[in-house]
Amino acid sequence: MNKKNNVLSKFNNQKFIVLLVVIALFIFFSIMSPNFRKYTTVLSILDYSYYIILMAIGVTFPLITGGVDLSIGTGLICYSLAGGYLIVHCGWPTWAGMLVSVLFGVLIGLLNGCLVSLMNLPPFLATLCTCMITRGLGSLCSKGFGIPWPTAGTEGSWFRNIFKITVGETKYPIGFIWMILLVIVMGFVLNHTKIGRYTIAIGSNKEAAMLSGINVKFYHTMAYVISGFFAGLAAIAYSAVFATVQPGSGAGFELEAIGGAIIGGVSASGGVGSISGSLIGVFVICLLKTGLPYIGLQANWQQIITGLVLIGAVLVDILKKKKAVK
Amino acid sequence: MGEVILTMKDIDKSFPGVHALDHVSFEVQKGEVHALMGENGAGKSTLMKVLTGIYTKDSGSIIFEGKEVEFHNAREAQDAGVVIVHQELNMLGHLTVAQNIFIGREFKKGIKIDDKKMNEEAKKLFDKLNIDIDPTETMSNLTVGKQQMCEIAKAISHDAKVIVFDEPSAALTEAEIQELFKIINDLRKQNLGIVYISHRMDEIKVITDRVTVMRDGTYVGTLITKDCTKDDIINMMVGRVIYEDPKSKSMVAPDAPVVLKVEHLNAGKMVQDVSFELRKGEILGFSGLMGAGRTETARAIFGADPKQSGKIYVNGKEVTINSPEDAVKCGIGYLSEDRKRYGIVVQKTVAENSTMAFLENFVKGLFIDKKAEKDIAQKYVDSLATKTPSVDQLVVNLSGGNQQKVVIAKWLVRDCDILIFDEPTRGIDVGAKNEIYKLMNKLAEEGKSIIMISSEMTEILRMSDRIVVMCEGKKTGEIGIEEAKQETIMNMATREIK
Repeated sequence: MNKKNNVLSKFNNQKFIVLLVVIALFIFFSIMSPNFRKYTTVLSILDYSYYIILMAIGVTFPLITGGVDLSIGTGLICYSLAGGYLIVHCGWPTWAGMLVSVLFGVLIGLLNGCLVSLMNLPPFLATLCTCMITRGLGSLCSKGFGIPWPTAGTEGSWFRNIFKITVGETKYPIGFIWMILLVIVMGFVLNHTKIGRYTIAIGSNKEAAMLSGINVKFYHTMAYVISGFFAGLAAIAYSAVFATVQPGSGAGFELEAIGGAIIGGVSASGGVGSISGSLIGVFVICLLKTGLPYIGLQANWQQIITGLVLIGAVLVDILKKKKAVK
Repeated sequence: MGEVILTMKDIDKSFPGVHALDHVSFEVQKGEVHALMGENGAGKSTLMKVLTGIYTKDSGSIIFEGKEVEFHNAREAQDAGVVIVHQELNMLGHLTVAQNIFIGREFKKGIKIDDKKMNEEAKKLFDKLNIDIDPTETMSNLTVGKQQMCEIAKAISHDAKVIVFDEPSAALTEAEIQELFKIINDLRKQNLGIVYISHRMDEIKVITDRVTVMRDGTYVGTLITKDCTKDDIINMMVGRVIYEDPKSKSMVAPDAPVVLKVEHLNAGKMVQDVSFELRKGEILGFSGLMGAGRTETARAIFGADPKQSGKIYVNGKEVTINSPEDAVKCGIGYLSEDRKRYGIVVQKTVAENSTMAFLENFVKGLFIDKKAEKDIAQKYVDSLATKTPSVDQLVVNLSGGNQQKVVIAKWLVRDCDILIFDEPTRGIDVGAKNEIYKLMNKLAEEGKSIIMISSEMTEILRMSDRIVVMCEGKKTGEIGIEEAKQETIMNMATREIK
């Protein structure tokens, strides 16, 4: 009886519905536009999804604590500019620049975490501030100029092959394999390790978590550190896909990641969420972004429709909660 | 009774402006249930928080198992074997039962949390306590009673030597309380020291061995439970005599007009075909077990929840109530059982709360008429004897009883003639309770009609002119106060339960 219920609940799961939506969207766009059905389109959808997926994996943690991290978008650009500047202008090896990007992300994550857990700033406010700070820092790092990470074919451009390799004439999006691996690893972290368990506990009832003897300040901070770490990884993914990284950009990326996570079933009030859900949610956003132009709707429409989808996802969350109360 | 396991001596604690504990002493022996009693604000919770390291004491000493100890946080106290089962349950609704019990000290296999082992250990624990709960169930799916059992299991799994129960029965049904007592008796047999904090006199007499009473942050005295009467304890708590006698006959004139008539009301599972009448100047008690559908009935009448069918007549005229706004227009006011969530805005002043339900009457042009607002608030502060330094005081700073008076004022300002009191004295101490009772009687005398939902039998018998009993969403009985007896009501309240 219990087993059966479990299976049933999986089918009732928001994640599952969203997966169907992703498939439906893909089929819809494929039917509507012959150009969309091409392998190159799939390739470009994946290319532009990696950095959002990485941000979404990371931001899922603060979201589950009941908070948010708005600094990941501008942060991503900032970390990329910092790492890129060292590679391009200071002659650092690529791996060192990448490491700097990730560590920078961890550092800003740590700052966010401390502001939220030690200084008790509301997460919205704390990360809004670091969002502005990273935006300024990014321009400062690159002295206001765009930074082109080593382009394909030049020395030190091997990092671009992390996400896409060319064998003969064909390009293979191997980045997707890394994404799946990371989703599995972070899914394990969320569901089967202390960090994950306490992230959920904080989002579920922070006071109770504290009274249970959990070092809430530490684990609350860690959620933001994870988010920062993944923003750092996203910086690398972004640099690998785009030729030049422009200072001042990046605002709004975080909304795609957060939106994806919430569409994928993360509760806006904390306590609930899954990494795989966030991944699937991001694909809804990426498909809309790439697909709508193919059927003649411009980027503005993509944003409007994404907003509407998000309202739908939040409504589902609220309805579920109401049902639970009943 | 055995040896002393815990002694708190001369504990002193001050907060800015408040001397919360004034050289209080308290001890617990092995194998005893020791009641800690006192009105709200008497310092019981503060004392227990000092014990478990949530607060640090200014002076005094704590001796546990023969050694002087000082815990710096809940974790240290837990590890030593001193555990609190909190009044507000500290559960993590999104996690499973086993995950809750072992939170903070998970079993691990490498870096992986070993949920399988946690489930097994939880099962063993429940078996030992004779509790039937599935460890893999999500916490928020359990009833409050079951959740509390989990808290107790959690406490025991800490190898507790002293367990503090902070008002454990406040949210439990009668059956669940019996279950709780069984467990507490078992624990007593296992030679644990148990501290039992409660406002309910009947329970104290049943379950405890000794009673220590506190008042205004001071130690008043300790009694052997079986040698003292309820009145002895109450006298010590309030320093004055209060009688809790049932009402002997209805105060309502037999020809008093019917002000509210509800016919065949249906609203979800919890309200099935409920009909009743309320007369002018009457206090109609709604009795029943927790979850009998009383609050749901009130909310449906008040328009807070949707109704499927049924008719409501106010002063003989049929009315349509689809929202609380409609209900208020009909002169119905609802005082929620959960004041802090639904009754008042704690971060606002007494004056602002008083006019909240009728703000349109206090607006001059675009602005709120602060002067009129304060005047009316002051009027009700005076007539309800609300204890507040001024109407500009934030409600959060008032005691529970006085907060309740502010809620009452809110509906009186709105000129409501029908008032629904949902658990009007929950979390309110004995002295203030009495004032709320007097106030309700006065309101009834002035011609207001009151529906009082209460889970406390003494309260129902003391206040009601007539009693409606509900069980599992249905009305299972109606009885005048003259014939009402505790047993009859309990019978009606359990009629539908198989």
